[in-house]
Amino acid sequence: MKLSGAQAIVKALELEGVEVVFGYPGAAICPFYDALMESNINHILTRHEQGAAHAASGYARTTGRVGVCVATSGPGATNLITGIADAYMDSIPLVAITGQVNSELIGRDVFQEADITGATDPFCKHNYLVKNTKDLPRVLKEAFYIASTGRPGPVLIDVPIDVQTREINFEYPESVDIKGYKPNFKGHSLQIKKIAEAIEKAKRPVICAGGGVINSDASQQLFELSQKCGIPVVTTLMGIGAVPYDYELNLGMVGTYGVYTANYAVNNADLLIIIGARVADRAISNPQQIAKKKKIVHIDIDPAEIGKNIEVAIPVVGDVKQVLEEVVNISRKGDTDDWVKTIQREKSEHAPKLDSRSGTGFVNPKYLLSVLTELLGDDDIVTTEVGQNQIWAANYLGVRKPRTFISSGGLGTMGYGFPAAVGAKIGSPDCKVVCVEGDGSFQMNMQELGTIKQNKLGIKVILFNNSRLGMVRELQKSKYCGRYFQVFLEDNPDFIKLFDAYGFKGRRIDDNSQVEDALKEMLSDEGAYLLECRIDPEESTL
Amino acid sequence: MAKHTLSVLVENHAGVLSRIAGLFSRRGFNIDSLAVGVTENPEVSRMTIVVDGDDYIVEQVSKQLNKLVDVIKIKELEDSDSVSRELALIKVGTTASTRSEIMQITEIFRAKIIDVSKNTLTVEISGSVDKVAALEDMLKQFGIKEIVRTGTIAIQRGNKIIKTKNSDEE
Repeated sequence: MKLSGAQAIVKALELEGVEVVFGYPGAAICPFYDALMESNINHILTRHEQGAAHAASGYARTTGRVGVCVATSGPGATNLITGIADAYMDSIPLVAITGQVNSELIGRDVFQEADITGATDPFCKHNYLVKNTKDLPRVLKEAFYIASTGRPGPVLIDVPIDVQTREINFEYPESVDIKGYKPNFKGHSLQIKKIAEAIEKAKRPVICAGGGVINSDASQQLFELSQKCGIPVVTTLMGIGAVPYDYELNLGMVGTYGVYTANYAVNNADLLIIIGARVADRAISNPQQIAKKKKIVHIDIDPAEIGKNIEVAIPVVGDVKQVLEEVVNISRKGDTDDWVKTIQREKSEHAPKLDSRSGTGFVNPKYLLSVLTELLGDDDIVTTEVGQNQIWAANYLGVRKPRTFISSGGLGTMGYGFPAAVGAKIGSPDCKVVCVEGDGSFQMNMQELGTIKQNKLGIKVILFNNSRLGMVRELQKSKYCGRYFQVFLEDNPDFIKLFDAYGFKGRRIDDNSQVEDALKEMLSDEGAYLLECRIDPEESTL
Repeated sequence: MAKHTLSVLVENHAGVLSRIAGLFSRRGFNIDSLAVGVTENPEVSRMTIVVDGDDYIVEQVSKQLNKLVDVIKIKELEDSDSVSRELALIKVGTTASTRSEIMQITEIFRAKIIDVSKNTLTVEISGSVDKVAALEDMLKQFGIKEIVRTGTIAIQRGNKIIKTKNSDEE
């Protein structure tokens, strides 16, 4: 079959089962767009390339499939970088395709030329600059394989315009053979036995579940292990949803912005089983001290994560799901009843007290999120931005299923949640998609209102408006003697009018008594909707 | 901190060197020297990287390098079980009166003179890092104008070889 390079890329996407790509055209990627026109693949035109990358990420995280984003050379490609870096930190499978200037002109600083493979090296699982059209089928095949297997991550393919236009005999490889890429899925059975022994001996075990549990679809196995062996579970931000929020042994999020009981459990455990988490500073701030006092088990698909941040007694490299299946099978419950009782007591003693008083002139975001929990279905999706809104949602929203809580973890990207909601809604059109926003972060990528309008996406936006960069303000309050600087957003636009300009409904509330009615109204509306809530600027993150 | 020698087989592609160099800088690892050249298989290059650091650093370097898709295999070479060499070219200032003394020193070190002019001699030496350093030290008194060194390359002793496939390391 004779195909142009551009047609070959489209054909490869079809063969990989890609149903939707998020992108933004430009001169150097025009041959691809011309070929895409003939395909059944849906293209979502975002309003900024960063939006395309985040939308692809939101799509990937909610569906478990590879997200694809496309941009032109130069600024198109560099605008993808934040999205690519975000996906790299959170291990999200993305394939980014960028146009590049004519291969013979590379290096001469021609119009819209940027070295995007060089620029994305630090944030990519792998990238390609394709010099020969005949390499395209192999490169596409490899890119999808690398992005989605092992520890998932973003792969970028940079395709010069002449490589897109030249013709080849298209043949798609059936399999890949990359000498330097052989992820190990099966855990070492001896190590797995050691885990079982440690579990049986432990008096105060705790599981710390990260995004790896969700990436490998191992929630069921994790739940079984926790239940069978009486082991409480804490999650990282990325692990939220790994076990249902109302599961009695789920203690919530661990770390600097985590729940008291979760941190209490980690600090007082004699066995800490870290699963698909990388022991980042926000989750475990003092790994050396933690490791001294307890036995550490670490299960991860990425060997480089083991021993990077914490000294580990029993390391297991493998796919979390496969490893946990074996661990569940051979593990026996230790003497943990007292520990579980202690934990339960701490949990009820430190249960959050929600302030739902009326007449303060403000909505309590924590209260609102707890009400929202009751109104959402199991499969409904919530995305968040970064800042106070993210931590409020992480701690006060009840998440029942994996892949329904989408938030930028490692990179902490403001402006992630709104475009991610676009991808989530495209991937799961039958689910409600709610985006929790702050007034600061919303304005980082609010141009995607246009994407929502054009594609008729009924995304619900809850905007916590305190006219502040709330988290930075809190930091300036606690660490910089209250010297507030550049954290005031007093001249915010009228967000209701802004949504109205796109033809979306909205409502502004400033009292807790309005919360339930307003949420119900928002969720029953068909279209996109803004619920703007006045928030007390003094409202604390925790 | 101790020096460790890593032998790294990589795909012989454009951009691989910058990926590896970039990884060292962004993870905060120090490269003492890096030498690269193609192997018996033209699709594969071999890098000899000398790293400054403790065991933790070397383990991290190896693991992070292994994550690069272009890296096929990594082996740390132990001093006791491998031979290593470095090549250096040293340009020394000469006069009629010092030339013969420099030639004598060169001979003692089994080095070669590969270029000569009225007021310079260029000496080629290959050997261990220590030997090169010793010659450099001896030549300093005459005034060294320029030095260029390749960085260490190393290979295992005896029958041991590093092959590209994981299974068939001997």
